[in-house]
Amino acid sequence: MDRLTMEHLLWIIPMAPLAGSVIIGLLCALSPKRGSFPSRTFVAMVACLGPLTSFVVACGVFLALGKSSTVATIHQTLFSWISCGTFSIDFAFEADRLTAVMIMFVTFVGTLIHVYSIGYMGHDKGYARFFSYLNLFLAAMLVLVLGSNLVLMFLGWEGVGLCSYLLIAFWFDDEAKAIAGKKAFIVNRIGDFGFVLGIFLIFTTLLKSGPASLEFSFLAAHANVLAPVATVAALLLFTGAVGKSAQIPLYVWLPDAMAGPTPVSALIHAATMVTAGVFMVARMHFLFDLAPFAGQVVATVGIATALVAAFIGFAQNDIKKVLAYSTVSQLGYMFIAVGAGAYGAGIFHVFTHAFFKACLFLGAGSVIHALHEEQDIRRMGGLLKKLPVTGTTFLIAWLAICGIPPFAGFFSKDEILWSVFNTWGTYGKVLWFLGLFGAGCTAFYMSRLVFIAFFGENRTPSPAREKIHESPAIMTIPLVILAFGSLAVGFFGVPAALGGSNLFWEWLLPVFGAHEVHAEHATEYLLMSLSVFAALSGILIAYVKYMRKPFIAAEPRGIAAFAAGAFYVDELYRRVLINPLVALARVLLFRVVDVVLIDGTINGIAKAASVAGSLIRTLQTGSVRTYLYYLGAGAAFLMVVVYLGRW
Amino acid sequence: MSTNAHVGLAIVIFFIGVFGILVRRSAFFYLMSIELMLNSANLLWVAFARNRGDLDGHVYAFFIMALAAAEACVGLSIIVLYYRKRRSVVLNRAREMGK
Repeated sequence: MDRLTMEHLLWIIPMAPLAGSVIIGLLCALSPKRGSFPSRTFVAMVACLGPLTSFVVACGVFLALGKSSTVATIHQTLFSWISCGTFSIDFAFEADRLTAVMIMFVTFVGTLIHVYSIGYMGHDKGYARFFSYLNLFLAAMLVLVLGSNLVLMFLGWEGVGLCSYLLIAFWFDDEAKAIAGKKAFIVNRIGDFGFVLGIFLIFTTLLKSGPASLEFSFLAAHANVLAPVATVAALLLFTGAVGKSAQIPLYVWLPDAMAGPTPVSALIHAATMVTAGVFMVARMHFLFDLAPFAGQVVATVGIATALVAAFIGFAQNDIKKVLAYSTVSQLGYMFIAVGAGAYGAGIFHVFTHAFFKACLFLGAGSVIHALHEEQDIRRMGGLLKKLPVTGTTFLIAWLAICGIPPFAGFFSKDEILWSVFNTWGTYGKVLWFLGLFGAGCTAFYMSRLVFIAFFGENRTPSPAREKIHESPAIMTIPLVILAFGSLAVGFFGVPAALGGSNLFWEWLLPVFGAHEVHAEHATEYLLMSLSVFAALSGILIAYVKYMRKPFIAAEPRGIAAFAAGAFYVDELYRRVLINPLVALARVLLFRVVDVVLIDGTINGIAKAASVAGSLIRTLQTGSVRTYLYYLGAGAAFLMVVVYLGRW
Repeated sequence: MSTNAHVGLAIVIFFIGVFGILVRRSAFFYLMSIELMLNSANLLWVAFARNRGDLDGHVYAFFIMALAAAEACVGLSIIVLYYRKRRSVVLNRAREMGK
């Protein structure tokens, strides 16, 4: 596979899942007897074929880029999308080394999760609809990643948002789940508004110095033109990332998004979509490089999110909620990295996180499946013995997220901490320390989850207890593959200090440029051992607290209750933002603008027509004679006008 | 006779027709008044044709005669029907079209 061949095949990557989505969706909608046709086997085959095709082509792209020069890109223009005067936007895909990494893991993890879903959703009546949405999501995500300009990226950005909404509210007959879907959609709108403003700002700034384009290559080449507005533009774009990647203050939608089916949580709300914000910042790195203040804001928001989400994670008892807050927290780490300019480290964490978090979520799904929709860890316990495969894979992913070497999470998290330690002097050191503390917290809440759910005595009430069974192979095989990934993918980024050659960093070097770090290996060893120490102490505290004595479910008190209620941020938003907005809408927008202005105008026009009609109607008497009088009067009037006016 | 005299005569005849319609109530007088107005128009056609020295106006005069004959035929039929229904040819009370 050489580069020129791939230039003709790039379109397949997003279009294969799209085709799957359309085929399944149409067959499902057109089938005369709901549910009988298309058959489940057929749907499963089509649904998995699309992502698999994309994965194969993505591998081709990756290999082709590996053989080309380091700055080479693969570009394919499909058609001119928007054309207006000198301004035009092509529907074009472009793959550079950053994109290649993204499409590789998105399609790989995506394919595995599709396979897993065959088992997990096996008994659901919305089987075909589920796979249609899931394929559509993958297509949108790949458009987001592959789009060669900001507008096409935004198309994918909105597409994944739509699919996220559709899949969170997948079981829409449960009102709470439908509301969770709406919440995700609306909260994302706030962020997307900032994103759009950022695009506008970039475009208008570029217009001042001649013809403008929104192609990434053009933007990167004209970054100096953007310098005066770089901070504002970067912060506006980051607003979009805050919404999509669930950072403070817009993270509230992600925990609620757990209402969706668990494979959705794994694919969309852990591995791929929520990392789109990190990807976007990395993609626009030339802009963030020009705006050091924006970078500091990004990193500060990141560390705040990482810690707050970790604290909330301490007290959650729903297995998916713990993982959701863990995702929010890990996304915070990614933003610390990209904020500090260590884009490679951020993307590396995106990459490793996709494996171990997908593994954790799918493992949680397997547990929920085995326990017949039980999600409360207080009613689990001892699952390692009952579910050996799920349990083992979960433990591997747990070690990965805790940052125990040589699991994947250790390398990526350590690289983030190492990068931030060497940036911004004292402030970087503060961020590093907080990040280290956060890593300990991560290890604690994840260990708490593992010890309560997988060790000790089983506390599942009967009759579900007797029916606990290991999931079928179609679910456990993806788990095993992902667990292997959680163990292995870290070795792509072994730092030089440990005798590795950091392939991942070198691969991305032509995209981001060198993030120069001048420090002693000795310092690096010290920081590494501190990270491992933090992780181990987190695990140890959890061990002492939850393993030494049999687990007793107690009502949380004091600060724990506060954390269990997610710091009541939702309640705060409801009081401070939502209720005033609703009141404003009810009083001003509804009573005044809608009823008085809009309805008044429309009804007034109708009323005026009606009154005029009733006045004119009196002229129509039905008597021929009256009409003749009118005729005579009209003729006389015209004669007078003609003779007097001399027309 | 000059063209002016012909036009004056035509105007006089036309207004006799208009006056007839406005003041009489019988449907027959309506028809007769309409005939008068049509004939005044006919007179104008012929007078101007003579003034111009060609035959075009005569052609239209023949058309109008044919039209007037047809109109009288249809009009009389309507009056007959109207009389059968109302036992009267007075049109003042016909107001159904206003309802």
